[in-house]
Amino acid sequence: MENWIKVCELEDIPQLGARVVKGKSCEIALFREGDRIYALHDKCPHKGGPLSQGIVSKGRVTCPLHGMNIGLEDGRAISPDEGCTETFSVRIEEGAVYISL
Amino acid sequence: MQKLKLVVVGNGMAGMKVVEELLKIGPDLYEITVFGAEPYPNYNRIMLSPVLAGEQKFEDIILNSLGWYEENGIRLHLGKKVLRIDRQRRIVEAEEGMEVEYDRLLLATGSSPFILPVPGRDLDGVIAYRDIQDTEKMIETAEKHRHAVVIGGGLLGLEAANGLRLRGMDVTVVHLASWLMERQLDRHAGKMLQCELEKRGLKFLLEKKTEALLGNEGRVCGVRFSDGGEIPADLVVMAVGIKPNTQLAESAGIHCNRGIVVDDTMQTFDPKIYAVGECVSHRGTSYGLVAPLFDMAKVCANHLAMMGIGRYAGSFTATKLKVTGIDLFSAGKFEGDEHSEEIVLNDVAGGVYKKITIRDGKIVGTVLYGDTVDGQWYFRMLKEGQDIGEIRGNLMFGQSHLGNAGHEGRVQASSMTDDMEVCGCNGVCKGTITKAIKEKGLFTLEEVRKHTKASSSCGSCTGLVEQILASELGGGYSPKTSAEKPLCACTEHTHADLRKAIREEKLLSIPEVMAFMNWKTQNGCSTCRPALNYYLISTWPHEAMDDPQSRFVNERVHANIQKDGTFSVVPRMYGGITNPEQLRRIADVADKYRVPMVKVTGGQRIDLLGVRREDLPAIWSDLDMPSGYAYGKSIRTVKTCVGTEFCRFGTQDSTGLGIMLEQAFDRMWAPHKVKMAVSGCPRNCAESTIKDVGIIGVESGWEIYVAGNGGIKAEVSQFLAKVKTKEEAMEYSGAFLQLYREEAYYLERTVHWIGRVGLDYARSRVAEDEENRRALYQRLLYALSGERDPWKSVVERERKPLFESLMVEA
Repeated sequence: MENWIKVCELEDIPQLGARVVKGKSCEIALFREGDRIYALHDKCPHKGGPLSQGIVSKGRVTCPLHGMNIGLEDGRAISPDEGCTETFSVRIEEGAVYISL
Repeated sequence: MQKLKLVVVGNGMAGMKVVEELLKIGPDLYEITVFGAEPYPNYNRIMLSPVLAGEQKFEDIILNSLGWYEENGIRLHLGKKVLRIDRQRRIVEAEEGMEVEYDRLLLATGSSPFILPVPGRDLDGVIAYRDIQDTEKMIETAEKHRHAVVIGGGLLGLEAANGLRLRGMDVTVVHLASWLMERQLDRHAGKMLQCELEKRGLKFLLEKKTEALLGNEGRVCGVRFSDGGEIPADLVVMAVGIKPNTQLAESAGIHCNRGIVVDDTMQTFDPKIYAVGECVSHRGTSYGLVAPLFDMAKVCANHLAMMGIGRYAGSFTATKLKVTGIDLFSAGKFEGDEHSEEIVLNDVAGGVYKKITIRDGKIVGTVLYGDTVDGQWYFRMLKEGQDIGEIRGNLMFGQSHLGNAGHEGRVQASSMTDDMEVCGCNGVCKGTITKAIKEKGLFTLEEVRKHTKASSSCGSCTGLVEQILASELGGGYSPKTSAEKPLCACTEHTHADLRKAIREEKLLSIPEVMAFMNWKTQNGCSTCRPALNYYLISTWPHEAMDDPQSRFVNERVHANIQKDGTFSVVPRMYGGITNPEQLRRIADVADKYRVPMVKVTGGQRIDLLGVRREDLPAIWSDLDMPSGYAYGKSIRTVKTCVGTEFCRFGTQDSTGLGIMLEQAFDRMWAPHKVKMAVSGCPRNCAESTIKDVGIIGVESGWEIYVAGNGGIKAEVSQFLAKVKTKEEAMEYSGAFLQLYREEAYYLERTVHWIGRVGLDYARSRVAEDEENRRALYQRLLYALSGERDPWKSVVERERKPLFESLMVEA
């Protein structure tokens, strides 16, 4: 059963930007592109860079450390980069953002 | 929407490149049908020589597998010739009565080898060297027969001859001219090449005209020349040139003149029909090398995708022979005339010959033999029409920057073994690069960067990677210059185009630029957004929107990201001067926030390393010092020596001027980082000669040097002007920096910008034109007026979402 947790309002996440959610076990990056929100483990599969600090565009984020491109939808590195980072389910309801851990 | 029908005649490199590009930019526009005369998927024709030489297999050189066509929904008809085009009904007719309709037709029919009209040309064992079938035939013949004769001592002929020799045949090359590759080499280089190839066991007959091929029971057995001489031959390879395949176009009444005539959009005289590749004649020229074909393909795809931008304006081509162990390079008009001069280096014993042909102070051609390291450099200057006046004396000795740092001083990729490291940043060996080029069919520096990461960080190994590309691809490699390259894959426009549009159309935000310049992507990418953001704020200070989401993390959070995701904090200390009170505060902050490392930087500042993002605002508040901008494409520091205040040798107040400069130009964004220094005497203790702007005090005033660099490639700065007072030093430095801010491309350091535009240009605008200097300086002061300290702004803000994390219980 999915356990939805409210984390913030949609407006708290800047357009083409990100916020970091700190949970007990890991840090999650919430990205916003348009009115879509994506949640990824805030750790690049390459060398562990904080993806939340990267530049967001066309459904991907560019890691600030070495420029790996990670798909926001599935957490997979965009070819020719390789690797994958964990994704989480996101729901937007009445302007609030919920994630499922 | 109903898809349009695109029919492609020709399944070779040019045609498929158009399809690949088209799928990228307009994937849903067309239903695509491809006809190929050969029974194979698209393969890398320029790799046939390595296949012949036994260095690669056919499977290795396939570019698009049959699966690729299927995945992209392309209907592929292999081994089927197109016989006729009916332009009225817009139909192509192929063998076996097949008919396919088209809305757009792309002709990429390539070229055919020219066969000498001599008796015996139809005999068994007489072939051309054009496709994989020819190659296989040659390999097969080499197993059974002994004598091979290659007619034609050009690029292709020599590669064929070399391959056959490696396969164990006794090979004679017959050539009409008096030296080899006479269109690419001068006599001297041609003779050196011949000498080297003779050492490898090839034989040459020059100035020989073939009169007849002799046969025995239907198979070739010899060659007879016009002087009556004869030699035995079990295999004759004709490599005397190619001719564009225009029969199909001609039979349909499309205008041809040796090739299919196209305009700059690759359109033929029938607007529904496009043509690319070796079959076309563009501005009276046909090309047989791969780089121009790819340029054509990009333009053609753009027009097929109805984007309507991009023109093909012709290509300069350079030649390199793909014979392992032989280095030769040629480009342009290397044969001089009465208006040109030549610089020649001729080391007979060392096997090195270099010739550069110059006209009106510019390189117009070059031939290099034995040492081709600088070929691409000369070629680039040739293409850009760069004035070589200033570097003429050193031209022959090369660029010598390749691999300055991190490659054990190596400058020649060919002397490296596969396990040697090329890219010191990302740990990429030569073998990894050559393997990726071969297996993944890479053609450009960008592709190598993407696939292997080599040369994608500091870029110091770019020269080595380009050499590897050139030696793998031969004539297939042609480096683009930054002036002609689009900014990124989101646009067709160059940096220069974009700067111009932003200035002339007064564009004030990234969405405005993207709309006006027909961006291909909705939000751009991590390459174009930071560049556009800089162009906007530097062109329209106080008016354009600064978009934090289009800045790299460091500039967004005003701190330098470290490998573990923590940050470093460097407070401003003007001129490198501090006091006990500041030092106490720094010490207190380091204690309070348990800063793991405190370090003195190369620019005479103090760096607090390992700070968590959440702690940044509090640390800035406690420090109560301005941001040192150690993280930005901006003024970093002005390094100073002690100067007259204490130093017994000092002739000028270097600390005083350093503080003035740093205070005046504080918070100045630039295309890249800017480092400055002021030394109080010619002993130059502040190292002014490796700075973007370096000033040296002398008894009678200040000498201003610019465009130095101490990083990857150490570059000594060049003299800009000498002035008397501190105020003048400020104005000259400021004007130079403003010119750089207004005209350089994003991520171009002053040294590269000056390399591109020339120091004379900067001198004429800054030193020699007083009115312009003042205007530049005023524009800089205006841009900087009212800029607030970024740390203070964050500290004063009530909410700090960039720095605070959201907490959840789970």
